[in-house]
Amino acid sequence: MLDDFFVRAVIAGVGVALVACPLGCFIVWRRMAYFGDTTAHAALLGVALGLLVGIGPTLGVFVMTVIVALLLVVLLRVARVASDTVLGILSHASLSIGLVVLAFMTWVRVDLIGYLFGDVLAVGRADVYVVLGGAVAVLVALMAIWRPLVAATVDRDLARAEGVNVAAVEVIYVLLIAVVVAISMKLVGILLVTSLLIIPAAAARGFSSTPERMAIFSAGLGVVSVLAGLSASAEWDTPAGPSIVVAAFLVFILSAGIALVYDMTRRSAHGN
Amino acid sequence: MNDVAVPDPIARPANTAPAKPVPAEILLACRGLGVRRGGRWLIHGVDLDVGRGEIVSIVGPNGGGKTTLIKTLLGIERATSGQVTRRAGLRVGYVPQRLAVDRTMPLSVERLMRLVRRAPSADIKAALEETGVPHLLDRPVQALSGGEFQRVLIARALLGRPDILVLDEPVQSVDFSGQVDLYRLIASLREEHGCGVLMVSHDLHVVMRATDRVLCLAGHVCCTGAPGDVSRSPEYTRLFGPVASETLAIYAHKHDHAHAPSGEVVPVHDHDHRHGHDNPARGD
Repeated sequence: MLDDFFVRAVIAGVGVALVACPLGCFIVWRRMAYFGDTTAHAALLGVALGLLVGIGPTLGVFVMTVIVALLLVVLLRVARVASDTVLGILSHASLSIGLVVLAFMTWVRVDLIGYLFGDVLAVGRADVYVVLGGAVAVLVALMAIWRPLVAATVDRDLARAEGVNVAAVEVIYVLLIAVVVAISMKLVGILLVTSLLIIPAAAARGFSSTPERMAIFSAGLGVVSVLAGLSASAEWDTPAGPSIVVAAFLVFILSAGIALVYDMTRRSAHGN
Repeated sequence: MNDVAVPDPIARPANTAPAKPVPAEILLACRGLGVRRGGRWLIHGVDLDVGRGEIVSIVGPNGGGKTTLIKTLLGIERATSGQVTRRAGLRVGYVPQRLAVDRTMPLSVERLMRLVRRAPSADIKAALEETGVPHLLDRPVQALSGGEFQRVLIARALLGRPDILVLDEPVQSVDFSGQVDLYRLIASLREEHGCGVLMVSHDLHVVMRATDRVLCLAGHVCCTGAPGDVSRSPEYTRLFGPVASETLAIYAHKHDHAHAPSGEVVPVHDHDHRHGHDNPARGD
C-alpha cells in the first residue's frame, strides 16, 4: 500500500494535519503566527546542518528549529525593539543564511524548490514512519500539557499563581512546534508550514465555544484541506504543498461565510 | 443493656482547655520583602501576615507597588530580598482584575471555571450560584461586563476550595452600587468558607468595612492599622449614603513621614531633622 506515492502522501498529510492544526490553535490564540514563520524559515539552515553533520535533513531541521525557537523566546523577552521587528529580522535572516550556506555546500545537490514548497514525490516510506511517529509523539505530549497550556494562554499570572509551571509548559509547546515543522516540511515546504498551522485553526474559530472544540474542528478541517489539496494536485498536476494551502484557504473562506450567516440568523432570532 | 457511661474520646477534659483563643493560623506571610526591577526598588522592607479568616486590604498611591506585592506573595514575581512563607499545602484562589482573553480564543464561562483544574458541573453551578451569576454559564467571557467578570472570577477561585483568596482591585471596573454588592459578597465569603482574604483596594482612603487590617503601601509600608467607621465621617456618609456605610470603611492614614517627589522618605516633623535623614537637598 505504501508503494503508491499518493497513498504515502495522504497518510503523511493526514498525520501532519491531525497534530499541526490543534497546535496551530495556540499559535492563533497567542498571536504567534510570525513566530511560527520565523521558526519554519530556520528549517532551511537545519537542512544544511543535517547534511553537513550527516544526521539527515529531518533531524537537522528539528535540531535547528528547536534552537531558533528557544532563542526567540529569550530574545523576544530582552529585545529593545518590538517583537514583530525582531521576528521580521530573524525570519528573513535565517532563511537567507540557510540559502547562502547551502550555496557554499557545492558537493551536495539540494532540491531547493522541494524544501521551500514541498515535494510530494519525495515523501518516501521512511518519511511516512517519521511523520506518523512524530505526530503520535506530539499528540500525546499536547494532550498531557493541554490544560496548563490553555490556562497559561488565557492568563499567565493566574496560571502561575495557582501552581502551573508556565515556563516548563511553554518550552514543551515550543518543542512541539519544532517537531511539527520538521515533519510537515517535506509535504508542504518551509515557506508554507505556518499556513497549515493557522488557516484551519482560524477556520474553526467561528464554530467553537471552547478551546477543545476549536482544536478538534481545526483538525477535521485540516484533514479535509489535505485530502482536497492532494486530490486536486493529482487531478490537475499542480504542486501538492500549494494545492493543500489553496484548499485550506477555500475551507477558511467557506467556514467564515457559514459562521457569518449563522451569527446573523442567531442574532435576528434573539433580538426581536 | 449497658448503662455504663463511656467517656467521650473527643471531649477534652476541662482543665486542659486553652485559656485564651489560639491566634489565627498564619496562611501567608512575608518579612523584609523587596522587589528590585530596572535598578529601582518597586517595594522594599514589607512585612505582612494574613491569617485564616482574616481580611487584609492594601491601599496606596498608583505605582506604590500594590500589585507587585501580591504578585510576589503569589510567586508570580521573584523577590529580590526578604522572604515569603506560605503554610504548607496552601491553596490559593487568585482573582485578577480582568482577564485579557484574545477574541480568537473561544472561552465560555463554564470552560473558564475549569481553567486550572477539573471540576464537576454541579460544583461549577453551585459556585456561580454563590456569587450570584448562574445565568452566565454559557456566555463567552469576552461578552461579560466588569462586575460579571469579577463574580465569575471569584466563583472560579472558590471552586479550588482556597485557604486564601487574593483579589486585585476587585471593584475597580464596577459601578458604585455594584461595588457595594461585591464587597458584601466578599465579606460573606470569609464567613462561609473561613478563608483568609487579601485584597488590593483601588481607593486610597476607602476600604471594605469587614477589613481587619489595612496596609498602606508606597514602596514601603507607610502605615498599617484597623479601618475607621465611615458613618462616623459625615463627609463620607454624604458622599456614599447610608447603605454604603454598611459596607465601606475609611482608613485614616497615620504617616510619620512624607515622600519627596523622588519617592524618598522624608520626616514630617521639623524639630527632628538634625539627627534624622542626612538629606543633602536641604543644604544645612
